[in-house]
Amino acid sequence: MGELFRSEEMTLAQLFLQSEAAYCCVSELGEIGMVQFRDLNPDVNVFQRKFVNEVRRCEEMDRKLRFVEKEIKKANIPIVDTGENPEVPFPRDMIDLEATFEKLENELKEINTNQEALKKNFLELTELKHILRRTQQFFDEMEDPSLLEESSTLIDPSEPNRGAPLRLGFVAGVIGRERIPTFERMLWRVCRGNVFLRQADIEDPLEDPTTGDQVHKSVFIIFFQGDQLKNRVKKICEGFRATLYPCPETPQERKEMLAGVNARIEDLQMVLNQTEDHRQRVLQAAAKTVRVWFIKVRKMKAIYHTLNLCNIDVTQKCLIAEVWCPVSDLDSIQFALRRGTEKSGSTVPSILNRMQTKQTPPTYNKTNKFTSGFQNIVDAYGIGSYREINPAPYTIITFPFLFAVMFGDLGHGTLMTCAALYLVLRESRLMAQKNDNEMFSMVFAGRYIILLMGIFSIYTGIIYNDCFSKSLNVFGSGWSVRPMFDARLGGNWTFDTLEGNKVLQLDPTIDGVFKGPYPIGIDPIWNIATNKLTFLNSFKMKMSIILGVIHMLFGVSLSLFNHLYFKKPLNIYLGFIPEIVFMASLFGYLAILIFYKWFSYDASTSKDAPSLLIAFINMFLFNYNDPSNKPLYRGQMAIQSLLVIIALACVPCMLIVKTLVLRRQHLWRKNLGTQNFGGIRVGNGPTEDEAEIIQHDQLSQHSEEEPERCLLSTAVKAHEEEEFNFGDVAVNQAIHTIEYCLGCISNTASYLRLWALSLAHAQLSEVLWSMVMHIGLSSRSFGGFFLLAIVFYFFAVLTVAILLIMEGLSAFLHALRLHWVEFQNKFYSGQGFKFLPFTFESILDGRFED
Amino acid sequence: MPSLLFCGPKMAACGIVISIWGVIMLAMLGIFFSAKSAVLIEDVPFTEEDIRNDKNPPQNIYGLYNQVGINCFIAAGIYVAVGAVSLCQVRLNKRQEYMVT
Repeated sequence: MGELFRSEEMTLAQLFLQSEAAYCCVSELGEIGMVQFRDLNPDVNVFQRKFVNEVRRCEEMDRKLRFVEKEIKKANIPIVDTGENPEVPFPRDMIDLEATFEKLENELKEINTNQEALKKNFLELTELKHILRRTQQFFDEMEDPSLLEESSTLIDPSEPNRGAPLRLGFVAGVIGRERIPTFERMLWRVCRGNVFLRQADIEDPLEDPTTGDQVHKSVFIIFFQGDQLKNRVKKICEGFRATLYPCPETPQERKEMLAGVNARIEDLQMVLNQTEDHRQRVLQAAAKTVRVWFIKVRKMKAIYHTLNLCNIDVTQKCLIAEVWCPVSDLDSIQFALRRGTEKSGSTVPSILNRMQTKQTPPTYNKTNKFTSGFQNIVDAYGIGSYREINPAPYTIITFPFLFAVMFGDLGHGTLMTCAALYLVLRESRLMAQKNDNEMFSMVFAGRYIILLMGIFSIYTGIIYNDCFSKSLNVFGSGWSVRPMFDARLGGNWTFDTLEGNKVLQLDPTIDGVFKGPYPIGIDPIWNIATNKLTFLNSFKMKMSIILGVIHMLFGVSLSLFNHLYFKKPLNIYLGFIPEIVFMASLFGYLAILIFYKWFSYDASTSKDAPSLLIAFINMFLFNYNDPSNKPLYRGQMAIQSLLVIIALACVPCMLIVKTLVLRRQHLWRKNLGTQNFGGIRVGNGPTEDEAEIIQHDQLSQHSEEEPERCLLSTAVKAHEEEEFNFGDVAVNQAIHTIEYCLGCISNTASYLRLWALSLAHAQLSEVLWSMVMHIGLSSRSFGGFFLLAIVFYFFAVLTVAILLIMEGLSAFLHALRLHWVEFQNKFYSGQGFKFLPFTFESILDGRFED
Repeated sequence: MPSLLFCGPKMAACGIVISIWGVIMLAMLGIFFSAKSAVLIEDVPFTEEDIRNDKNPPQNIYGLYNQVGINCFIAAGIYVAVGAVSLCQVRLNKRQEYMVT
């Protein structure tokens, strides 16, 4: 846990990899995933790099595998995922792999083309079969004498060429069913109604050999007279992409042809089945290993990509890589390098050499499955600057707590805890399932956050004494009505009073009415009191202010550790101290006043209790002779005036004094002057002791035990090199100061959202109970249980949908805002960049992006 | 054999969850109504007459409390049945899964 408070200490290191061992070394580094490679040839384009050929070969293999995978998916064969992590193949095995994939791809392609040709053939034959069948009907109808009779009477009985039938030509074919209407209209228009079209649908859909889709088609036959019409009709058919088939004229020939076609279809079917079987076998064999192949190829590709980032030594004997790596993991990196060298059989070891640099290292926070969710919350706002205080460990507690303040309900908290417990306890099984649902994986990633949120909600629910908007009376209420009727104790109620008034208020000053506070949380009697909201609002508002002030003061205190760590004494004296004094003397005082008021007034004196809000406003106005608002304690005027003056005095400290001091320091340093002795610049202090080496030459070796000093010197150098612009610094500081002072006020007010959301949540759950559950409970008959069972179902669904998910999301969002804005802007700059180690992990998970 | 399976694995799991919740919550409500919890007075269907025409106060109100409590217990029983059915469905779903694979 210790490493969570700050990001890891990083170092830039040079790796000298022997060219024959480089591949193995990089693959070992990828397995441990601890180093981030820097691009050493940024101005060389992708095609001019050394290993571009290998990358291209890997890409080609990847493409082939993707083709195979697509075919496997198309055939609905499940891809076996054993979860194993195959070793990276040696570069010499690449040829074998390539040959395997080449063979597989060719085989598949051949099968596919054959199958397609066969299917096309099959389709043609089937269509022909249908044509022969259907046209047979048309011809039968034509030759039916009764029909002939009828039609001839329709034409004209006195037609001279009766009995000598016309020689009609015809074409038969198949066309897509949806094209029929336009086809018919076109024929009619172009041939001026001189053709006769008959068509019939084919019932069973046919398979399109190229796309594999099922299409519906129709058989048509067109009768016409003369060659010109024939040509026209044929052209139209072509245009509509109808397939025409030769159709014999005599029934005898047609019958023979049909028999032949049927026989061929049967043969073809057999061949098709065999082809399909063969394809299935090939694909099934491939499905078993395709995942392993994918991982191997992608690992190889990643390695060559990484090798492309390295610099090639002049002698071509070794590769030089520059990497960022955490100092604490240097040993494991060394070990990985040794393993890589051994594996490759090289005798010359690879060397890791730490370098000194002025560049800002990347930010790397080590996380585990519990802390990663919280680190993600912080990172979503901004990656922390290098070695800055990391808010994540505090967020682990404050985030669920602030959430729970807004979500305080024992019942809802229990439900949320149960759901999160399910996710946590079954995490290994759920993780193996690899659910692709985005919503689910988001919730699953935050399972520990949800678990803590649920547990904290149970706690706040007990404090609010709320369980599905009902209170639990475990210890017995501290309030009693009986003494109100007892005249000896001062009670003045009679039964007539009860008759006459709808609402009565208990008087806690009468002995025995209020026997003392409830042991834990809010007294359950408030749940049925009509002035419940007045009471709870006052409590929750004060609570939000107190929590907010503590949270913000904590944030400001954390900035102290940043200033201490980065050795900026000026920021402590003229930044941190005025800031914390400003906030403590105004809002810290307000929090103390709240506690003071709680402790110093009881039932008998509460009539005279002054309003805190008015008192606080009067504090700023220096108005102490308000007759309606009595002072809280003696000497209030002196203390409050002093606090306001101290707070106001802090403003110029931050606003002006800091700028002036910065300017003075700058001038002081400038006047000293610097001299450059052979690559080493030395600043002359006023005395010999203060002289220090300010800048080393870039290549000079630093001693390892003084990293802080080097950091410091870089900071000083950067400071010197940049022109000290008084105007800029003054404006910057002014903006910061104004933002902080106004922010204190608005942020304190912003914490009132804790009250507002908890009020909204409590009211919403009360509405849900009285609108839904109440219906089920309040039936006078014994048949009510049936209604109750149904109503409970709706109550449960609505509770989950509205109160758990919707309200939970809104409370989550507000807790997030309180952390990002109100808490983190007190100390967290978040201007770093993330450490992105070279790792095979994402390849293993099946996610792959370049 | 006609299959008794009428809902999928997700529906059955949902049924189990809701019935566990229902049994616990309704049984608790039943206990609290039987114990005449004051906080639940708003959910007891009493009228003005129940208070006025009570010869032996507050027996009328207590009677109503008991009746609502019994309703709760029976509803909890219904959810026990729902849970049992859902459990059977889960079992059947599992068996079918084995049979397919």
